[in-house]
Amino acid sequence: MVKFSEDKIKEVEAIIARYPQGKQKSALIPLLHLAQEEFGGWLSAETMDYVASLLSIESIEVYEVATFYSMFNLNPVGKHVLEVCQTGPCMLKGSDDIIGYIKSKLGIGVGETTADGMFTLKTVECLGACGYAPMMQMGMHYKEHLTPAKVDEIIANCYNHK
Amino acid sequence: MARKLLLEKAHVEGIRHFDVYRREGGYAAVEKALKMDPAAIVEEVKKSGLRGRGGAGFATGLKWSFLAKPEGVPRYLVCNADESEPGTFKDRYLMEFIPHLLIEGLIVSSFALGSNRTYIYIRGEYAWIVGILEQAIAEAKQNGFLGKNILGTGFDLEIYVQRGAGAYICGEETALIESLEGKRGNPRIKPPFPAIKGLWDCPTVVNNVETLAAVVPIMNLGGEEYAKIGVGRSTGTKLISACGNINKPGVYEIDMTISVEEFIYSDEYCGGIANGKKLKACIPGGSSVPILPANLLLKTAKGETRYMNYESLSDGGFATGSMMGSGGFIVLDEDQCIVRHTLTLARFYRHESCGQCSPCREGTGWMEKILHKIESGKGAMSDIDLLWDIQRKIEGNTICPLGDAAAWPVAAAIRHFRDEFEWHVNNPSLCLTQNYGLAHYADELSVVA
Repeated sequence: MVKFSEDKIKEVEAIIARYPQGKQKSALIPLLHLAQEEFGGWLSAETMDYVASLLSIESIEVYEVATFYSMFNLNPVGKHVLEVCQTGPCMLKGSDDIIGYIKSKLGIGVGETTADGMFTLKTVECLGACGYAPMMQMGMHYKEHLTPAKVDEIIANCYNHK
Repeated sequence: MARKLLLEKAHVEGIRHFDVYRREGGYAAVEKALKMDPAAIVEEVKKSGLRGRGGAGFATGLKWSFLAKPEGVPRYLVCNADESEPGTFKDRYLMEFIPHLLIEGLIVSSFALGSNRTYIYIRGEYAWIVGILEQAIAEAKQNGFLGKNILGTGFDLEIYVQRGAGAYICGEETALIESLEGKRGNPRIKPPFPAIKGLWDCPTVVNNVETLAAVVPIMNLGGEEYAKIGVGRSTGTKLISACGNINKPGVYEIDMTISVEEFIYSDEYCGGIANGKKLKACIPGGSSVPILPANLLLKTAKGETRYMNYESLSDGGFATGSMMGSGGFIVLDEDQCIVRHTLTLARFYRHESCGQCSPCREGTGWMEKILHKIESGKGAMSDIDLLWDIQRKIEGNTICPLGDAAAWPVAAAIRHFRDEFEWHVNNPSLCLTQNYGLAHYADELSVVA
């Protein structure tokens, strides 16, 4: 069953306290981030229903929001999600080659997950790192100035810290 | 060396921390402002000539003066840190390196506007910056600059950081407000404007990070002194984030008197085109603003030097000029394909359209498909005209400016680089392996008197 720990519930309460009385729905996006981190990197219907119950709102209000924002995963993903930017400024600096390199290295296409469940490859639109292109997001952090060698290193590190 | 007002101290060791920031003169603007009448602060900002740094360039003081003040209704200040315009990464830089400057600007601005609860809405992907800002907020609070009864003046203020979750549209102020209310980022129909009915239907001001940070030097110098920096209606300094095929990509603070040529070629800024290549084109203000070929970028159609300021960059209107926009400066060298680059931008806007308005929802998809067709050597001449027709039908026909933002890059690419599009159509197999190159785009233009 999907349920936050007591510590996380305290965090939820602190988030709700940022808004005036009765405006707890504003906590929805922060709570979805929290839920996605806690419950396997994606939002199942059960997780979304649970978040709805925490905020005393209808489940549909959660689904509406979760389906709108690109950072919320509505299907299971690998342990590490590689989100490579492909917009103009990154393209100018060779993001197409980086995406191609990751595809062949991991043997997966965009939107797919490796058989060992370690990596999901996604392409994303501009992440605000244009001066440090090409780049990708991995969890909370950006990996910038990517080269094939740097991609190798990042992937090796993931296996080493399994 | 140009005068710096925002980033001067950004690289002092430990400046992220309150003690160092304070030792370097930080929070003096708060001490000064909290002794003033809030209306007098708004007057100083008006006198400064500060224009919104998010992209629209609207006068900040004027925007503040529109804020409704009904009795007994809370007012809110919301800081727009949803920086998502391709080519733009200046707010990230400011928040990452000198977070207290933003917090200081927020305290002064909140006091001026009468907000006791101020939110920083930051794009969800800037996850690590949330911690940096929350640390700065906690330190400011420990030192009596936030919380109850700030500096004994009776003014209360809390600042909260709210993460978005991946949606360019939330940079539009009413979409941002919707998102902050826990909804989809669908822009609202205006009027009513947020100044009357914004967050939770209360009067609200939404300002960009750089705009609110600039309130600090305005307080310290006084509005009139601030207005003396720069030229004409481009007062103060502007952060430019430079990227693409240049030697020194990064964030630069400029005073708006330097020429575009100096900005690109001087070692103090971009350091010239990378790998010894030639300049082909540039989008000077974030992906939405018109792209210009090298010849029209460096000089106006009248043959005058073009400068890095609001007026000069827009000289010639959309026919031969562009815009300052967000300051996202994207440089393309002679090897870049304009069709392919425009395709990536069209894909971006299709991905980011919220879907409310048909011209934008449908039109952005069509533009991407047609550009893809031309780029992959399957286009017909009529497709170029079709593309032009679609962008024209999006522009001005949507609730929010995303429609315009999607239409303008396509329009400008066809306007200035039509022969490159035609070359793709005429050379369906060659265009898969070769680029059109620099062609005539850097040639001196004959000036029509």
